[in-house]
Amino acid sequence: MKTIFKTQLALLLLLAVGLVSARFAPAGYKVGDTVQDFSLKNVDGKMVSLASNTQAKGYIITFTCNTCPVAKLYEERIIALNQKYASKGYPVLAIQPNDPGISPGDSYDLMQKRAKDKKYAFPYLVDETQAIAQTFGATNTPHVFVVKKEGDKFKVAYIGAIDNNSQDASQATKKYVEEAVDELLQGKAVTTPSAKAIGCSIKWKKA
Amino acid sequence: MTITNKPKSFWLTVLFLAWMIPAMSQHVPVIQFDQLNKRIHQNNDTLYVVNFWATWCGPCVTELPLLESVHKKFANQKVKVLLVSLDFKRDLQTKVIPFVQKRKLRSSVYLLNETDHNTWIDKISPEWSGSIPATLFIKTSRNVRKFMEKEVKAGELETIIQSFHL
Repeated sequence: MKTIFKTQLALLLLLAVGLVSARFAPAGYKVGDTVQDFSLKNVDGKMVSLASNTQAKGYIITFTCNTCPVAKLYEERIIALNQKYASKGYPVLAIQPNDPGISPGDSYDLMQKRAKDKKYAFPYLVDETQAIAQTFGATNTPHVFVVKKEGDKFKVAYIGAIDNNSQDASQATKKYVEEAVDELLQGKAVTTPSAKAIGCSIKWKKA
Repeated sequence: MTITNKPKSFWLTVLFLAWMIPAMSQHVPVIQFDQLNKRIHQNNDTLYVVNFWATWCGPCVTELPLLESVHKKFANQKVKVLLVSLDFKRDLQTKVIPFVQKRKLRSSVYLLNETDHNTWIDKISPEWSGSIPATLFIKTSRNVRKFMEKEVKAGELETIIQSFHL
């Protein structure tokens, strides 16, 4: 009896360790991947997809939110990116992926308010099911995916941080997104196709 | 004695300040990545549980008691919990130290003073995208290295630590 119990206990322990260490298969886009178009609701109630803007040469797709302190530090820089690049064919497309059940400050109403208060000149889309954040492999806010239009497809050209100093934009020595978009506009390959930064984890719905 | 020329309260204040300065700096040393890396790559018999957090990170703050309980539970074993704050250095005195004191954190707390995160994130783990909370388990002498980029659940840290058969 005792040994059976011990074996069962050992098996249970093994199972527990296995469950804990089980990792999700690496998902999400890598640089060079083709992005599947999506349709998400903007703060004005209209649906927006990559195909909506026929003038776009690409997009600065930015997973961001109202609440994350790092995202807040980057808000002005996101607005500036759109100001600089929308007219050149690379507008910002902001997507809010957090579950408002966990992060009430990221509710649709408060997204609308934020976009209005800060006069966002770009779409601020809600990823209600979080499917788009998952498809992209977004993990934190702010998390940028620069995509470039090739024919009727959009391909990932850059993934990661906006620049290398979240604390102080004026101290950033590498402006990753600007450099990537500038290179794309010149028809060049992106020198730094990915760069990391500390951000807030996306608040996923509890399973 | 010249010392008596000053009122007693003056000397008490001096004493108090002299006591405060090291106490505060000992609580949360400000370190660079190389120092942290050296600290966790010692060829000793200690398992380091290195948790990356920040006072502004809700889920990080939520899971801190779980790390604190590991610190207590494994106090007699060679397990060392390091709480590495990614708050800005400018927030050390105003946010981090008051937080550490208010929560009465007993684990070692550091403030990692690095701005260019891309230079060091991969050195902790190439699979880390940069979101926090994140936790690294490392024991160089036995090639133990496990990284997780998510919130821990109650009991999870203990299960992982025990799985290494220290």
